[in-house]
Amino acid sequence: MRDLAAIALFVALVACAPLVTQSGVVLNFIMMALYACLLAQAWNILGGFGGQFSFGHALFFGTGAYVQAIAQQLGMNPWAALPLALLASAAVGAVVGALSFRYGLKGSYFALVTLAFAEVFRVLALSVPFTGGGVGLMVPLRESAANMQFATRAGYLWLVLSLVAVALLVSAWLRHSRFGAYLQAVRDNEDAARAVGVDPFRVKLAAIGLSGALMGAGGAFYVQVFQYIDPGIAFGPGTSVEALVAAIVGGMGTLWGPVLGALALHVLADFTRNLFGQLPGINMVIYGVVLVLIVMFVPRGIAGIGVPVRWRRARSKESPRE
Amino acid sequence: MLDFGILFPALLNGLTTGAVYALVALGLTLIYGVLHIINFAHGASLMLALYAVYLLKEKLGIDPYLALVAVVPGMFALGYLLQRVVINRASHGKDENILLVTLGLAIVMENLALLAFKSDTRTIETAYTLSTVAIGPATIALPKLISFAGALVVSALLMLLMARTDLGRAIRAVAREKQGARLMGIDVDHVYAMSFGIGLACLGAAACFLLPAYYVNPQVGSGFVLVAFTIVVLGGMGSFAGALVGGLLVGVVESLGGLYFGESLGQIGIFALFIAVLLFRPQGLFGARA
Repeated sequence: MRDLAAIALFVALVACAPLVTQSGVVLNFIMMALYACLLAQAWNILGGFGGQFSFGHALFFGTGAYVQAIAQQLGMNPWAALPLALLASAAVGAVVGALSFRYGLKGSYFALVTLAFAEVFRVLALSVPFTGGGVGLMVPLRESAANMQFATRAGYLWLVLSLVAVALLVSAWLRHSRFGAYLQAVRDNEDAARAVGVDPFRVKLAAIGLSGALMGAGGAFYVQVFQYIDPGIAFGPGTSVEALVAAIVGGMGTLWGPVLGALALHVLADFTRNLFGQLPGINMVIYGVVLVLIVMFVPRGIAGIGVPVRWRRARSKESPRE
Repeated sequence: MLDFGILFPALLNGLTTGAVYALVALGLTLIYGVLHIINFAHGASLMLALYAVYLLKEKLGIDPYLALVAVVPGMFALGYLLQRVVINRASHGKDENILLVTLGLAIVMENLALLAFKSDTRTIETAYTLSTVAIGPATIALPKLISFAGALVVSALLMLLMARTDLGRAIRAVAREKQGARLMGIDVDHVYAMSFGIGLACLGAAACFLLPAYYVNPQVGSGFVLVAFTIVVLGGMGSFAGALVGGLLVGVVESLGGLYFGESLGQIGIFALFIAVLLFRPQGLFGARA
């Protein structure tokens, strides 16, 4: 109940932002931070709650983005395309998950296989005709709410906020439901979970599908905002990194960690860009240094500050297919 | 399709490209294959080494092969310090943190290079850059042939190091049983740092062999990262002979794939091979089942 109240409060507060300020800069910042939040939440379901470190979540992001874009090119309404995008991303997740988990890939092996799948999709997207190849795809422009294209930032902000709300509800559900308990049991000790009757394969498969669907929602949202997608944006490592860094920095396996992480990293990125924007690269140097410092001094993530020791999750030991 | 006059040069080209891949992967074999540190700064470190070779040539006129004596120890020192001062201390020994720290390091390195050199692609010119050697119906660039020999020498040296020296024995002991090694009086942090240093020293050698026939820009390393991981897994974690053969194999797959399916799809061959090996034979093609 406390989680639901907190989520409701968060959503209500952020939803008011466009009523308080008209500033495009501020609204744009909030919108992009929420978008990062969505990606981090999506990654956190599999990586944080499930302990499966994907390094290729762009795979699901790109799938969602391309489905959303292609459906519109075929004349479909974006609102109708969105569930399709989610479904396709979940399906890709299920296939990759079925292969990886069936053969017991864990730890860095799982990270690498997801990265490799994302690369395969990137090269495929460059080569097959219906993605527009390296040129990318443009979405037909018809600005209206019925067409999920908004004249103001506020519309996009509310759209992504509702997606974030869904992701938060899913995370809250994972914290309290039986399935969530199974998932965290599998993360903490797969053998022990199996011994008490949990099927780790099915649990992980459901988690990657759920995680993939939310990541696909992120991709679909990206297409609606920028009305353009290409293979590098869709399947390049940038998005995967953005999602996992925010989730880990914020605090893995927590409800609010990904939100805090995405917000902190966005503030940091904006701050350094504004301060050092005239020198190419220096803002990213500072970003990288701060990232290392965060890991060094806040190893449990922002959400883990002040959390009693007994709540710390057991350190996951890398055990590649033993 | 199977014309010898086309196939043989493609094969040879694949082997020499593969030798370069193997050189890059040999360092990672030690870092990831033996010690299980996921080093996402591997490509960025290679890029730094390439710039070092580039600067030595352009500013001081030092030949890339002569630069080996400076770049290899330099990269070793960088690796030793990075592991000891940054990675080890920042990661608290957690896998996910090592991943983040090496990622952060890669971001820092790449953007420092961007700051210093802009995003221009640079090459060097030596007397032998355009020299070629004829082998049967194929002509091979001399620098590529030299890097092939270099890959053989470096992997032989690494095998000797692991098999014959106290350090090699200590590395193997730490990889197998960290606590036990510590109890035997092995300085585990030192061994980790030495391994990381040697891993980066290999990149220094790779850069010296690579640059006469290659180029450098701030992003050049990213193209090597996944290929290097592929080779390490393909060759069987921690096997240097495996990394060498795996590297050559990847080069040949890419070259033949490019020949038959076009340039971009040749790359898919590598990743498909990687996924297949991960799924069906994660101990690698040449590794024994643990």
